Amino acid sequence: MDSGSPGDAPAIELRGVSKVFRTPSGGAHPAVRDLDLAVGPSEFVAVVGPTGCGKSTVLTLVSGLDEPTEGDVLIGGEPVTGIRPEVGFVFQQDAVFPWRTVLSNVMAGPRFRGVPKARARERARDWLARVGLTAFEDRYPHQLSGGQRKRVALAQTFVGDPRILLMDEPFSALDVQTRALMSDELLELWGGSAASVVFVTHDLEEAISLADRVVVMTAGPATVKKIFPVGLPRPRKVEAVRLEARFVEIHREIWTSLGEEVRITRERGTHAA
Amino acid sequence: MPPDLRTAPATEDRRAGGRTRARARAARRRGLLVHGTRVLLLTAVLGAWELLARTEVIDPFNFSMPSRIWDQIAQWAAHGTAQGSLGEQIGYTLYEALLGWVIGVTCGVVLGITLGRVPFLAEVLGPYLKVLNALPRIVLAPIFLIWFGLGPASKVASAVVLVFFPVFFNAFQGAREVDRNLVANARILGASNRRVTLQVVVPSATSWIFTSLHISFGFALIGAIVGEYIGATKGLGLLVATSQGTFNAAGVYAAMVILAVVALLAEGLLTFAEKRLFRWKPAAPGGER
Repeated sequence: MDSGSPGDAPAIELRGVSKVFRTPSGGAHPAVRDLDLAVGPSEFVAVVGPTGCGKSTVLTLVSGLDEPTEGDVLIGGEPVTGIRPEVGFVFQQDAVFPWRTVLSNVMAGPRFRGVPKARARERARDWLARVGLTAFEDRYPHQLSGGQRKRVALAQTFVGDPRILLMDEPFSALDVQTRALMSDELLELWGGSAASVVFVTHDLEEAISLADRVVVMTAGPATVKKIFPVGLPRPRKVEAVRLEARFVEIHREIWTSLGEEVRITRERGTHAA
Repeated sequence: MPPDLRTAPATEDRRAGGRTRARARAARRRGLLVHGTRVLLLTAVLGAWELLARTEVIDPFNFSMPSRIWDQIAQWAAHGTAQGSLGEQIGYTLYEALLGWVIGVTCGVVLGITLGRVPFLAEVLGPYLKVLNALPRIVLAPIFLIWFGLGPASKVASAVVLVFFPVFFNAFQGAREVDRNLVANARILGASNRRVTLQVVVPSATSWIFTSLHISFGFALIGAIVGEYIGATKGLGLLVATSQGTFNAAGVYAAMVILAVVALLAEGLLTFAEKRLFRWKPAAPGGER
């Protein structure tokens, strides 16, 4: 699965990465501090941490949308200098284009990258079939439910055959049932793609049920606190895996670590307020 | 048992159908009431005006009356005006307004989007645009008359300056308030800067731009009319000016009525185009989303 990466280089690697944002008042807001993380080829890593700790910033740095203030971000052993075609990103909010039909939305990526129209349409139709939206290809996003829009976003991302998949709390706006359904669908799509995934969430259950490893972040500025291997067998169904003894055990283990950071964040919040 | 099963849904159906029909009837009745009251209001106002003028409570020489205004329009339509046929005057004014509108909108949109996308330009040009916008632009009309003469060019110019600013500011705002997620998504999907501008920024700014198009067509008409009023050889503005010069109050009002009709027709066309263009939007705010 490490095709294209020289030697044993991990699919994604962050070395001593820091990111400081300038606040409008001229101050400095450190979002990420001295972060080291490596993600293996076709590995699914979930990143959990208290809200607002800088988890999402890590994704924007890996995606090339933004640059780190210090340190190196490497994909397949090469430093990230801009947006790379093998990277896919699923956003927390709706990011499908509201003025394009479903089909045209899924075609957008290949078209931006110069794939001929007929070929792009063919590939888009293929992915729409896989997410079960074939009947909706002429609809506009506002005519779909939240779950369907998320499926469009998934198809839009997967159609580009990403080897690196970055997901920023993609299902947080969905209701619980749709969320479980979408999680299963994601695992299925991912199983067929062998992409390396970094999945940011604040939901620990979601993290454990999806990932191979769970990374716990500290309260902001974010840095890695501890990494937990999950070790649940695949293929998984998220609703079923939650009932296993190992799940409960690891959940308790991670929560002791994460709960502390959540408490720190909460205390800071009350002090600030 | 079986007959019960069959009749129960049937009655329910009938009841539901009856209720729907009653509701439709109520809606229709309400629509009729609104329209009826509207017509009544217009008749009352025009009737009172006519009556007051005929009984000379108000001076008919200064205030004219609806019947005279109507006669004036009919006479212009049948025999033409002092400057030529009525259609020609309307066509002339419309041509100037439309040309000014198209030029103003094009410049406003292009410059607005460009400045919205290039912060450096926005920072450099920002204060100058503010100064120009603070200027009461209608006073430029006499200057344009000196520059471009009595022909249509001076009217087009004053329409352009009136149209440009509202369109520009809306396009600028629209380009700046594009959803950052959409831009980030397009970039991740491989869109170049040019593509982001054309396929993300422009479409999301269109709803901003369209709100300004509605007002700005009115501005274009004002620009053309004022330009004609100050000095022209043809047009509705000149018609107003000459009617005023000959103390023909009915003529002034008649020209105003014609202008209002023209403006309303243009507004209708624009709304139609907007509906076609915004099929991707939910029908009503809070409708589905």
